[in-house]
Amino acid sequence: MDPHMNPALKLKAGRRAARKPGYRIPWTLHLMVLPAVLSVFIFSYLPMGGIIMAFQDYKAGLGFTGSPFVGLKHFRYMFENDYFLKITWNTLLFACSKIVLNLIIPFTFALLLNEVRHMGFKRSIQTLVYLPHFLSWVTLGGILIDLLAQTGIVNQLLTSLLGIKPIFFLGDGFWFRMTIIFSDVWKEFGFNTIIFLAALSSINPALYEAAEVDGAGRFKQTLYITIPSLIPILIVVATLALGNVLNANFDQVFNLYSPMIYQQGDIIDTFVYREGLLSGQFSFATAVSLFKSMISLVLIMISYRLAYKFAGYRIF
Amino acid sequence: MYHKTLPYRVFSVFNSILLAVISILCLLPLYHLLMVSVSDTSAANAGLVTLWPIGFTFEAYAQTFGNTNFLASLWVSVQRTVIGTVLALAVNSIAAYALSKDNRVFRGRNVYLWYFVITMLFSAGLVPAYVLILKLGLLNSLLALILPGLVAVYNIILMLNFFRNVPKELEEAAFIDGAGHFRTFVSIYLPVSLPSLATIALFTMVGHWNAYFDGLIYMKGAENLPLASFMQTLIVQGSTTGFDPAVIATMSQRTLRASQIFISALPILLVYPFLQRFFVKGIVIGAVKE
Repeated sequence: MDPHMNPALKLKAGRRAARKPGYRIPWTLHLMVLPAVLSVFIFSYLPMGGIIMAFQDYKAGLGFTGSPFVGLKHFRYMFENDYFLKITWNTLLFACSKIVLNLIIPFTFALLLNEVRHMGFKRSIQTLVYLPHFLSWVTLGGILIDLLAQTGIVNQLLTSLLGIKPIFFLGDGFWFRMTIIFSDVWKEFGFNTIIFLAALSSINPALYEAAEVDGAGRFKQTLYITIPSLIPILIVVATLALGNVLNANFDQVFNLYSPMIYQQGDIIDTFVYREGLLSGQFSFATAVSLFKSMISLVLIMISYRLAYKFAGYRIF
Repeated sequence: MYHKTLPYRVFSVFNSILLAVISILCLLPLYHLLMVSVSDTSAANAGLVTLWPIGFTFEAYAQTFGNTNFLASLWVSVQRTVIGTVLALAVNSIAAYALSKDNRVFRGRNVYLWYFVITMLFSAGLVPAYVLILKLGLLNSLLALILPGLVAVYNIILMLNFFRNVPKELEEAAFIDGAGHFRTFVSIYLPVSLPSLATIALFTMVGHWNAYFDGLIYMKGAENLPLASFMQTLIVQGSTTGFDPAVIATMSQRTLRASQIFISALPILLVYPFLQRFFVKGIVIGAVKE
């Protein structure tokens, strides 16, 4: 019982004096947080020390203390490197296209789904469209590689129905980008409708009834009630997505790309993986990912600030 | 009512058809693959299989299960999923309980919270993480798959909010009866939050089962890979280790691949009906603030 809460207790001076006033350290609670704190310290904070590698010419044999310090050498190399600019452009292109499409399509789908009267039908549709979100990109990568192959079923349909040559979806620069963007939208649009459906169901029905009385048809109602009510949630989702704009899905690209498509399909994360872990360029890879993390941090903080400003959205 | 007008009725019909088509499109690729996987190899190769198997056979599955590394990988995944989920539930839930306490009762609580949230905003990146595991000597060990992802700050925050909504009277009653924090947690908060815990457990299990990248970089040797990583080497990299050479020669790559892909999707497909009930609530609670 918190003694600070009831002023009346303070009046019973005799009984209060016998008790020790003030704050008692809740050892149990500290103990309960301890395992998580330790785990996070070792696996999230300790690696931050490893960032020093970005400023060294790290050699495994010499370790952190033995490797020569080279300052901003890797960062300078990064910005002068044409390839790095290319992959940054790829990353941004993928991320922004996905953000835009991942807003418009789930939004529209939620609006359409909301018009369905039959609950059973609505549930079945939801069950089906949520499914791709839970499939791993290993599975989907395999599926897409099979479907989009030169002799795959999609090309078969294209050649027989439209009479065009087979498209090398995963090998041609333009088509690879289309595949990346649209397959991600296909995978996530169902799941992304959840937020919009939830917001839709929280709109006051009295608004619709009033509009009904004033003679508005369903379409006008959608235009003047539904969409304006959804603007806040749209802004929240958009700004939060912006915080992630440098994270064009590693899993997806990793499982779909191949050396021939690196120029148009490589993103920052896949580049860091190859340079860092496969080629052993620890220092350079760390520099690149540090650069990305710093920018992401700034973006995330800005986006949370904006989300809070526009719609009062807070994490805790 | 607008429902009765003809234009709306027409729209309704087209709408339902459109939605149905889109929904089927979400299922179709997986379904097509299933059909290919149980078809005859030559028919699959010729591209004749569309929505119905031709020459029904389980040959491809037999071959995939017969891969010598398959069972070993399966066991690694089972271990990592079970141990990882139990550990994560324990560690995350007690931390969430402690953090759900007000700052007057638990000074420093905000500091702890920021300590955790910062890791959501900024991470050291792939290379330092790898070097850490290397230096800890955890390469090629099960712990490398379990420990790094143990604390999921997002889950802690979800549970924290849930615990906050537990009526204060329950807690006060327990304190009056002489229960300490841990006892209160175990006897009161845990039973009350079972649905929320179950959801988080389910998501953690799915996460562990599908996680392939950590297996790829931390584990050496095909028999140490968790199932998802092993599948990745088969499906995406087209590796043929562990297969009987005679099998590789005669079997159509396509049906073999299809069976591998379907197997990799199977666990999530089995769990999906149970997931579905819970996750909508979880997402909404996490995102739409009261």
